[in-house]
Amino acid sequence: MNSPALALREVSKNFGDQVALKNVNLTVARGETHVLLGLSGSGKSTLVRILVGLSRPDAGTVDFADTGRGSAAVGYVPQEGGLFPHLSAARNITLVAGLRGMGRGTMRKRLDELSALMKLDPALLRKYPKELSGGQRQRVALMRAAFLEPALLVLDEPLGALDPLVRIGVQDELKAIFQKLKTSVVMVTHDIDEARFFADRLTLLRGGEVVQTGSFAELTNAPANEFVDKFFHSRRLWENA
Amino acid sequence: MIAYLLLFLSTLPSFAAEPPVRVGSKAFTEGYVLGELLAQTLEDKGGPRVERRFGLGATGILFAALKAGEIDLYPEYTGTIAEAILRKPELTILPEIAAALAPLGLVISSPLGFENNYALAVPAAYAEANGIRKISDLKRVMETVRTGFSHEFLSRADGLSAVSQAYGLKFAAGGAMDHALSYRGVQSGAVELLDVYSTDAKIKTLNLTVLEDDRHFFTRYQAVVLGRADFKATNPAAWARLESLKNTLSESRVRTLNYAVDERGLSFRAAVREYRGLSAEASHYWREMARRIAGRTREHLELVGVALFFSVLVGVPLGILSARYRRLGRGILAFSGLLQTIPSLALLCFLIPLFGIGLGSALVALFLYGLLPVVTSTYIGLLGIETGLIEMAAVLALTPWQALVKIKLPLASRQILSGIRTAAVISIGTATLAALIGAGGYGALIVAGLATNETATILEGAVPAAALALVVHFLFDAADSLLVPRGLR
Repeated sequence: MNSPALALREVSKNFGDQVALKNVNLTVARGETHVLLGLSGSGKSTLVRILVGLSRPDAGTVDFADTGRGSAAVGYVPQEGGLFPHLSAARNITLVAGLRGMGRGTMRKRLDELSALMKLDPALLRKYPKELSGGQRQRVALMRAAFLEPALLVLDEPLGALDPLVRIGVQDELKAIFQKLKTSVVMVTHDIDEARFFADRLTLLRGGEVVQTGSFAELTNAPANEFVDKFFHSRRLWENA
Repeated sequence: MIAYLLLFLSTLPSFAAEPPVRVGSKAFTEGYVLGELLAQTLEDKGGPRVERRFGLGATGILFAALKAGEIDLYPEYTGTIAEAILRKPELTILPEIAAALAPLGLVISSPLGFENNYALAVPAAYAEANGIRKISDLKRVMETVRTGFSHEFLSRADGLSAVSQAYGLKFAAGGAMDHALSYRGVQSGAVELLDVYSTDAKIKTLNLTVLEDDRHFFTRYQAVVLGRADFKATNPAAWARLESLKNTLSESRVRTLNYAVDERGLSFRAAVREYRGLSAEASHYWREMARRIAGRTREHLELVGVALFFSVLVGVPLGILSARYRRLGRGILAFSGLLQTIPSLALLCFLIPLFGIGLGSALVALFLYGLLPVVTSTYIGLLGIETGLIEMAAVLALTPWQALVKIKLPLASRQILSGIRTAAVISIGTATLAALIGAGGYGALIVAGLATNETATILEGAVPAAALALVVHFLFDAADSLLVPRGLR
């Protein structure tokens, strides 16, 4: 139980001459919510694609904790939720479990459990994605990602598509859900407030390299270099203006 | 299927009935009339059964059908045999033609007694107004005369270009048209010069003046029976019945027969019965018509349904392959596009040696025409799927097959269905041409109606065909709500 949920060692990735990731080391402990922060082009997206298996690193290793259940290593919630429009919410959530031969009864039970946990009205599960609100879709996408109890949940700007007013409420709910699921989470955001709100630890990326990893307080109080300081400082300046 | 069954039965000599004699005919009045006369002569008083495969589109189709053993015989003219089949227009006398046909396994009968020559004709009033009696007189009006020549006349070696050369004529441009249409053109005044057959009933009814062939250009077209040599050898009695027609048909008798059909509105069957001195059969107009349309509807649906089924069965996988392997896909799309550009009748002619006349070739042609819309729509539908959704399927670790069946095809279903709908509607229209190779369907009514210039018969085929296209269109709308997942509508 001591092995981390995720361990990246010296991961590099190039696209032609373009360096996307360079010697990235990253460890996510069990139950930890780890936020990836960085400007666009910093390598966040490439890192996410490697985590979810859409891309292979050119060098280095990516290790997930063995969940011991033969279940999915990673549950993924892309920016827009990535729900299949032709399937009902329930079918979206149970698709993979069904294909892997999970019994109907077991699926039903897990579905009830998750909808209670996510505070989603079970009647909504019969609806199709386009009949749901943005927040409901996001929760369905999260239920799908969490259904097979993966070692790690990867969320790419999960709240980016939401209305700013709805966003605050969903943030609270999401944090509560993470705590109840007890899963490790990697979350990508460019929003510093969101990072502070969710992150147990966070990693700041720049030009494909890790600039600094640590708690929010560590990064703001003891910035590793001028870039880290400016990154958080600029945000504060903007806020105070 | 039925053809195979018949073939199978015909190989069981002791159990099966004698195979029927299969008589063909071309798709114009005299073709039908002579075919029917041959058929009735064969059937008369204990003769063999006859299967009528009338209204076949062109000489090439009938020749292919003879070679393939799809028909045993049909009425033809010596000039056409020499020109279009043997490609030796210099052959004019019967023994020479018979000798040239022998290596092809074909035989001809004694002449039936009349000639049906190509001729040029103008409306009598026009002839009088311009003082035209002979073909050479046309020189005076060749700049202005409005022509309406048939496709066959334009393309034959002894057709328009040769006759123009022989007489030093040069006509202003004029489009080729179906014979039935040029007759209508004469009625409306749009056509002032056309090619005719010398036994044509229209010469009388439209009051046409046949121009004298003053330089003796046109070949003589004696009517004979053209048949398979092996048929004659194995059915001497049947062949003897056909020989009994030798020299019995004068030009005026044939014109009377044509007139009975074209102008008096008798069916081919009734006209021939009358000619042979038999009493008319009782007729039930509406019941007959309903039965005709019902029968043709069944044939048409069978053609379209079976062809479409295979277009989908093959087209969807080809579309999937095209989307998966782009380079192969470009080839597949180019090929199915190419098929679409082959004129229907030409495609049918190519297919006859492979699949015979009738249902087989028609089904293959319709199948090929249906491929492009199905392949293209599947291809476009699959390529149009959002990348994020395809990546999601990969993240969820679906196998390629699971991703295809559970995600991609359902997401492309609407597009694919619209391609199938297009294929169905095209196929309903194209299937009307299948009649030209004897596959039946609504086209048989249209072809027969065009041949005899009977609007009512044309409409019997054309109206249900249009109605069927509409019905199918709306059926697909209904299918849309059944087959396309709710979340996509």
